[in-house]
Parts: sequence; structure tokens; C-alpha cells
Amino acid sequence: MKHLIKHAKKYMKEVICGPLFKLFEASFELGVPLVMQQIIDVGIGEGRKGYIVGMSFVLVLLGVLGLTSTVIAQYFSAKAAVGITSGMKRDLLSHIQSLSFTELDTAGTSTLITRMTSDANQVQNGINLTLRLFMRSPFIVFGAMIMAFTIDVKSALTFAAVIPALSIVVFGIMLICIPLYRHVQQKLDGVLGLTRENLTGVRVIRAFRREDYEKNRFTEKCEDLSAMQEKVGRISALMNPLTYVLINFAVLILIYIGAIRVETGILTQGAVIALYNYMSQILVELVKFANLIITITKSVACEHRMEKIYELRSSMKLAENAKDTQNVGSIKFKGVSLTYGTSSEPSLEGIDFEALPGETVGIIGGTGSGKSSLVNLIPRFYDASEGQILIGDTDIKELDIEKLRGRIGIVPQKAVLFRGTIKENLLWGNENAAEETITEALAVSQSADFVSEKEKGIEEFVEQNGRNFSGGQRQRLTIARALVRRPEVLILDDSTSALDFATDAALRKAIGELDYNPTVFIVSQRTSSLRNADKIVVLDDGRQVGLGTHEELLENCPVYREIHESQFRKEGERA
Amino acid sequence: MSKLKNSAAVLPEVIRFLKPYASLTILSIILSAASVFLTLYVPILIGDAIDFIIEAGKVDFGKIIPLLIRAAISVVLTAILTWIISTINNKITFEVIRDVRKAAFEKLQILPVSYLDSHPSGDIVSRVISDVDTFADGLLLGFTQLFTGVLTIIGTLIFMFILSPIIALIVVVLTPLSLFVARFVSKRTYDMFKLQSETRGEQTALIDEAIGSQKVVKAFGREDEIMEKYCEIDDKLVKCSLRATFFSSLVNPCTRFVNSVVYAAVGCFGALSVVGGLAGFGSMTVGTLSTFLSYANQYTKPFNEISGVVTELQNSLACARRIFDFIDEKPQTPDKENAVRVTDPSGKVSLKNVSFSYTPEQKLIEDLNLEVKPGQRIAIVGPTGCGKTTVINLLMRFYDVKEGSISLDNIDIRDIPRNDLRASYGMVLQETWLAGGTIRDNIKMGKPDATDEEVIAAAKAAHAHSFIKRLPDGYDTFIGEDGGSLSQGQKQLLCIARVMLCLPPMLILDEATSSIDTRTETKIQSAFARMMQGRTSFIVAHRLSTIREADVILVMKDGNVIEKGRHDELLAAGGFYADLYNSQFAV
Repeated sequence: MKHLIKHAKKYMKEVICGPLFKLFEASFELGVPLVMQQIIDVGIGEGRKGYIVGMSFVLVLLGVLGLTSTVIAQYFSAKAAVGITSGMKRDLLSHIQSLSFTELDTAGTSTLITRMTSDANQVQNGINLTLRLFMRSPFIVFGAMIMAFTIDVKSALTFAAVIPALSIVVFGIMLICIPLYRHVQQKLDGVLGLTRENLTGVRVIRAFRREDYEKNRFTEKCEDLSAMQEKVGRISALMNPLTYVLINFAVLILIYIGAIRVETGILTQGAVIALYNYMSQILVELVKFANLIITITKSVACEHRMEKIYELRSSMKLAENAKDTQNVGSIKFKGVSLTYGTSSEPSLEGIDFEALPGETVGIIGGTGSGKSSLVNLIPRFYDASEGQILIGDTDIKELDIEKLRGRIGIVPQKAVLFRGTIKENLLWGNENAAEETITEALAVSQSADFVSEKEKGIEEFVEQNGRNFSGGQRQRLTIARALVRRPEVLILDDSTSALDFATDAALRKAIGELDYNPTVFIVSQRTSSLRNADKIVVLDDGRQVGLGTHEELLENCPVYREIHESQFRKEGERA
Repeated sequence: MSKLKNSAAVLPEVIRFLKPYASLTILSIILSAASVFLTLYVPILIGDAIDFIIEAGKVDFGKIIPLLIRAAISVVLTAILTWIISTINNKITFEVIRDVRKAAFEKLQILPVSYLDSHPSGDIVSRVISDVDTFADGLLLGFTQLFTGVLTIIGTLIFMFILSPIIALIVVVLTPLSLFVARFVSKRTYDMFKLQSETRGEQTALIDEAIGSQKVVKAFGREDEIMEKYCEIDDKLVKCSLRATFFSSLVNPCTRFVNSVVYAAVGCFGALSVVGGLAGFGSMTVGTLSTFLSYANQYTKPFNEISGVVTELQNSLACARRIFDFIDEKPQTPDKENAVRVTDPSGKVSLKNVSFSYTPEQKLIEDLNLEVKPGQRIAIVGPTGCGKTTVINLLMRFYDVKEGSISLDNIDIRDIPRNDLRASYGMVLQETWLAGGTIRDNIKMGKPDATDEEVIAAAKAAHAHSFIKRLPDGYDTFIGEDGGSLSQGQKQLLCIARVMLCLPPMLILDEATSSIDTRTETKIQSAFARMMQGRTSFIVAHRLSTIREADVILVMKDGNVIEKGRHDELLAAGGFYADLYNSQFAV
């Protein structure tokens, strides 16, 4: 609740006024039966027509006052709810952006997105309803009871008895049903999962002739679901009849007691009707209140989940007197290990190599061997658990991280583009890039042709995630984006997988001819992409098992040889 | 309204599903009518009782007590009826949902694969799950709500007219106000809600992008720009969200206000007529006034509900349309009645003048001829996206040829029951698919009655036994939808084990391209080799060794088979295959 309260303080006026005006409205509503009592006892009792008409206008006036107060209350509540949530969301997004890769990995992006979207909406709705109704409903219920007591203590005891009874029924049924509804949801998820499975696996299911088996499985799940739904339905269907019986029996008892009290002259006929009206008001509000509690419980859970994200702290310590470095292209790994947050096994172990400015370094290994982990250490996306990384002879931890990253061009494995034009995407690399730099980047990344074929050229619009471009085009544009910054270090993390051989080769050649001569890291699973590298780091299950040129490694590194041969067999050798 | 009429065309189908529950539906309607009557009767009894409570010394207990007892009985009866009605309605709703889902699922199993390929699975899932729910909730519960609502209004009117025609008239004149106000407010808010959800969509898209690709954002140091863009959209959202929330929350207070005006009017004219001050109003008792007041309170409620129900009904009819469109979709051509059973084919496959295309505009395979002798290996080669899977689709009869014929052991495959044809093939696709369930269930998929020994033997043959053994529950390890935490390679080994277990006379194999480490790849290769011994095999091939050893290579490009022959022949011909070979393998 910490952040909610922090933002709520900025909306103090609204947070107080919303419920306050709601209470005014409730008070006006509670006045209605009293006025009606006067109409009956005085107006009818004494036959004063003018009084009747006058009091009827008082009723309308109460309505007008009620309407006015609600409108004010709704406005304040809406303003507070929208404002508080917006503040929380802004804080949350900027907090998420301050997290390091380690926390992003542990929290998971889909979780973070849910917190920012549906959870936040639920919180907004919860705040709004809480401000509007949380005070009002109990106020009316207890207000009605208190009013009843002011009319006649003895009759009002019926209220004192029926309110707890009603509460037990309403909340009891809800408490029983909520976990059951969760079961229903689980079963529905099961039905959904099976449907999806049957769609994605249609070929396999038909190939193995499982249609009937799947049908039986589905029928079983559906029957199970509907049986559960009917069971919950039977219980929750008790709510209306039970509360109806309770309230109406209370009314009948009230009238009986009233009759006795009128007989002895303590009460008037109008007072009995007033008591009857108060009784009718209670039920509606109690049911509303119970529903409100459900909504609020959900919102509170969502709020908690948002707070959990605030609690994540960036685990990366930034240097206090950060140094700027001159020679980013020279990179040295000294006995580096990396163990990710929760895992027990290191993902990288004993990495030891040096890249000189302008060199091309290949990184090779099977899936999960730690290739991406290794290159992610260079822009300091993660901190090494052991050992040291030197950039231009300075420990990476002493450098200004922003400046360091600004001089590295990274092309991630997953080719992601953002909504906007091609040009806007390229400018991510360097906001102030000159026209020629962009043209050069497009040419080197082999994108020039297809970009110029687009109707609007470089101003062509890119949809979310770049889905209006093919995989190969996206990869080339992400390479161009990295080149626009004319980086001192270029990292290609398996980023040419969707390119055909010829384009890939042309790309590598063009990168080799760049006039600013960056140090290039190429991550690949294929020895053919790396054979011209100055040195190749061979990884196997996180350990560095080889370092050298293609020829050297073929000679003395069994893992490298195995990879190479699996791709070329023996006969590939001869070429 | 025309939209409503349009979607009403779906009603006959709704009724078809309701038919088994016809007697329950009728019972529910009758009971609802009875319960509405009783609900309205209670205030009258209470009003009558109040009439016998006049003032001190003028209370007639002899009359009051029987009235109260009658009221008590009515109350209990109403309660019992209400419970029975909701139970019946629940039963109808949930069981109709179940029946519709079952029908949809059965259709799913016999729809042509082409339909499923061309419709996003998310769309079909949402038809079977959420559309069915909305349809049943809206249509069935909405209908009962509408029915009792209308009945309550009519009943109230009748009772009011009997008690006092003039005051009833006043109520009738005033209540539409409430409807009018509600309509007025919700019309205004509709546009604001639309704007709100559009802006919210815009914001969600940005959040999706910024957080989903946060690592790229960080790599390029774009956090501030993202924040700036976010705040810009958020400012807009705050504005329109405030308006939408505020205006939509006015509906209830406004109708409540109209109610209190009605209430005041009833009170005023009722009281005046009790006093007898208005000519033509007749005379009323205080008790009747009290009955009127409680009617005035309940009377407007169904009106508000009905206006909500109408939109809900419209919505649910639209959903019904979507689900019944799916159920009525044309199924694949059924197996022929005189289909020839094929149980243990030799593996002789021939394609004669086969033509096929997914869409009439784009021609794919044309006039393809191929004779495959039992035990031969056919390698299908070509760049990504060239339509290699098309051949698999035709062999397994996921799709039917447009022209020409494919035959197995000289029988046209369209004359063979699909189950027999598919049982003759063992299929391992690169995009592995595992069912949610245990490892054992997944391996047994092709042979449900296999013994544990057979399962283990198959797993061993597929090199899967050693990793399965190391899983927490071994063969009983539960894997979620889509294989859960298993690696791509492990999933593929399981798929191979699955085929190993039943080992049909012919094979369709799709070699892995990437994302599998070298060692697993070697294992998969040797498992493939073991399977292929003596079996006709069609292999979507990526590795040189497979291709070189094939009896026939089909070279595909842009969906067409452009070359056909043995490795040496094709190389000598110097065509596309030669180019491909030189670029990919002879670096």
C-alpha cells in the first residue's frame, strides 16, 4: 500500500471529499421515510392537503440534494482514482526501466506488462468504487438501524437481529463460493488448454488417429466443468431466497410488534410504515456491499502485485566516480564466471581471452553453452560473478555505464523493431546521426535495396515488433541500427540466422571493410560463419574449451572439430 | 435494430440446442410467472395489514394475524420458487454450454486441415471458450431476466391499476423518464469509453514494446525517450479516462433521482386521495398507499435492467453467430463407404500427374510424377519456405490433391480410410508437438495399449531413455502443454520415441535445422537412421549425408518441384540443386 498511499496524499482533497459527499447523499436518502411518516401522520391524520403537497416537495428536494452530492462525489472519486493510478503507473514504469537485466529476467516481461496494464486498471477501478461505496453502504445499513431506534427502540431490535443474520448469509455464501469459483476457473482453463492443444497439434493428432480419444477427453472435461458450475450455482442461488425470507420475515415481525405498539398508543401508523421502509433499504445495500468487498479484494491483490515490483532493486552497483575510457575496442576477460540470480550452476566459467581493437572474435558452441551470456557481459548487462573484465585496461565496473553502452553497437538475437518509421528506428543508434551515416549503415547491413523498394523508403512505417517486415529484413535493420552509431565494438548475437548464405557473406565482408574498424564479436552455431575470424572462443556447457583460429582449433580442439564435422561431415573438408 | 434482426437468424440453431431442455425451460417460465405474482402479492398483504393498524385502541389483531400468516406463506413459497428457478436456469445454461462446446470440438476433429491452417487458433479458441460463455450467459440468463422483468412490470401495472387507476397512470407517465435519462447518459458515455479504450490500447502497445524489449531499450539507452512518450500518452489517457469514468458513474444517480421523483409523486397523490381531496382519485387507504410506495420502489428496477439486457442480448447473438458459424462449417469429405482397408502396406507410393495449390491464384505443385519403391528414401530439398511441408500435407492427406492422384500399393489414397492411411506413416516433424500429460502418455500416443517394457525399449531406441530417467518422476513426469520445460532437442527425441513404439511401414521425417546442439543432433541422426532401415521414407532434408544417400531427391523452389533425381545426376545437370549445393555445403 506504500505507493498507493504516497500518491493518494497528492489527492487528499478528492480522497476526503468523495466519500464525504457520498455520506451526504446517504443522509438525504435516510431522510425520505421520515418525511413520508410525516405525510401520513400529519398530512393524512389531520387531513392537511397543503402540508401533504409541501412535504412532497421536500421529498423532491431531498432527491435534488442527493443527486447534487453524488455528482460531486463521483467526480472527486473518478479524479482521485484516475490520478492516483496514473501516478503509480508512471513511477512503476520508470522503476522498471531502472532495473538491471538480472531483475528483468527474474520478474519476467509478461509479468511486468500485466502489472502495468490489467493490474493497474483493476486498481483504478478498486479505488474508484472504494471511494464511492465503501462508506456509503455500511452507512445506510447502520443509519437505517439508528433511524429505526430513534423511532422506536423496541421495534428497532428487529433490525439489530436481522442485520447480523443477513450479513452471515450474504458473506457466508460468498466465502463458500469464492474458492469454488476458483475451481470452476481452473476447470475452464483446462478446457481451454485442451482446445488450444488440439488446434496446434492437429497434424500429430490426426497422424496418430487420436480424434476419438481427444473427443472423450474433451467431453470428460466439459462434463466435469458443468457439474462443478451447477454445484456452485446451487449454493450461490441460495443467496436471493434466503435474504428475501429474512428481510420479509423481519418486516412481518415488525408489523406485528408495530401493531401492538400502536394499540398501546406508543407508535403511529406512519411510524410503522417508516420502519417498514427502512427495512427495505437495508437489503439492497448489504448485497451491494458484499459485491464491493469482492472487487476490493481483487484490487488489493493487484495492488500488492504492483508493490512487489517496486520492491525489486537493481542489483548492479554503479561506480561513484565513473571513468570514461578511450580505448573501448580493447577488451580483456580474465577468469570470468557468471552465475545467474537463482541458479545454482554457473552459466559461464573460466572465460579468458583478449580482443584487440579492430579484431573479429567468433564465439561458438551448442545451444545453452553460454554464447549470449558471454557477449552480454561486454556492455555490462550483467556483472561477472568472478574474475574481471577490462575495457581499455580499466575494470568495467569503474566505467560510466551510459557512456560505455553508447560506444557499443549490439545486435540482439531476437530482431526487435519498434513502432515508428524505419528512420526513427535507426536513430535509436544515434539521435544525431548524419544522413551519410544512415546511408552507410543501410548499405553495410545489406538493407539498402529493400528499403529503397519500399514506397516511402526510409520513412516507411514499422508496425509494433516490426511485424510488417520479414525476419531477414528485420535482422538487417537491427544491424543497421547498431551501425548508425559507428560503434567501437559491434556485437552480432547470432543475428544473421534468417539471411541466406550470399547475403550473410556480403554482410560480413562489408563489416570487415568499415573505415572506423570496430572490434567485432560474432556469435554463431556454424563454423562457416567464423572461419575468417581472428580468434574463436569455443564454449561447451559454459566452459571455454578452445581459443584460436579456425585452423588451429580444427587441429587441437575436439569440441570445435565435432561441431564442424557435424555440419560438413568429412567431405565438407575438402573444399 | 437491423443488426439485431440479422443476428436473430441464428435463433433456430439456438433452439436446436435448447430442445433437450424444452420441458425444463417451460417449467422455468411457469415458475417464474408464479414467483413474480407472489412477490407482488406480499406488499398488498402487508398494506392490508397496515390498514388494520389505525391508532391506539383501533388495532384489529383478529384481521392482522391471518394476513401476516398468509404473507409468511407467500414469502416462503417465493423463496423456494426462486431457488428452484435459478437451479433450473443454471442447469439449462451450463449444460447448453457443454453441449455447444462438445459439438464445436467434434467439428474441430473433422474439419479439413486447410480450415485450421487458415484460421488463427486464438480465434477458434475464443469461439469455443469465451463466445460460448457470453452467448449462453447473455442469451439464457438475459432471456430469463428479460422475461421476469417484463412480467414484473406488467404485473405491477395490473395490480396498480386495480388498486388505483389514476396513480397508476401517473407512475406510467413518469417512469419512461428514467429510461430516457439512462439512455441519454449512456449514449454520451459511449464515445468517451471508445476514446478511453483507444487511448488505453495505444498506451498498452507502448508498454508492451517498452517492457517486452526492455533489454534493447537499455542497450541503446532510450529509457528517457520512452518515459517521455509514455507520459505524453498518459496525459491524454488521464483526461479521457476521467471523463469516461465520471460520466458513466452518473447513470445510477440520475435514474435514482427519477425514482425519487416518482416516489414523491406517488406519496403526494396517494396521500391526497386518502384524504379524499382530489376529485376523481377515488379514495385510498394508508395501507394501499404503502403498497404503492413499495411498488414505486421496485417498479423502475426492471426497466433499468431491461435496457442493459437488450445490449447484452445483441452481444450474445453476435457471439452465437460466431460459434454456430464454426459448428456449421463444412467438414472434410468423409471416407468412402466402400473404402479399401489397408493394414500392412508394402510402402509402394506413386504420384501421378499431381497438381496442387492452396489458393487458385497461386499455382504450386503441377503435374508431379513420382514412383517410390518399397524401402526407398526420398529427400525433399530446398530453401526455407519453399513448400516442403506441402508434400507431407498431401501424402498424409491433410490436404487433397487438386488433380491427379496419389496411390499407396496401387490404391488411390482417397479410397483408403484416413485412419488406415495415417496409420501407415510414422511422422516426426521439426515443430515438435507434445500433448499435456505424462512422458509415458506421449510416447504411447500411437499405441495406447503398449506395455511399459515396450515404452522403455522405444525410448532407448530413440536415445531418450537416459534423459527421461533423470527427470524428477521419470516416465511419469508431467509435461505441460507444448512440452513445458523440455528442451527442443529433448522434445524431438520424445517425438521419435513415439514413432519408434509403433514403427509403421513408412516414415515422414523433418530434419532439424537449428537450435539443437551438436550432440543431441548426432543422437537424433542415429535414431533416424535406425528407423529408416527397410522403410519407405520421405525426409525433409537439410544435411548433406541424408541427401547424398537418398534414392530420389525432390528439389523444391517457391512451392514447385523443379528438379528430381539422384545426387550425382542433379549435380551433373548443373541446375538449381547444383547451385544450392555449392552455396550451402561446399564453402
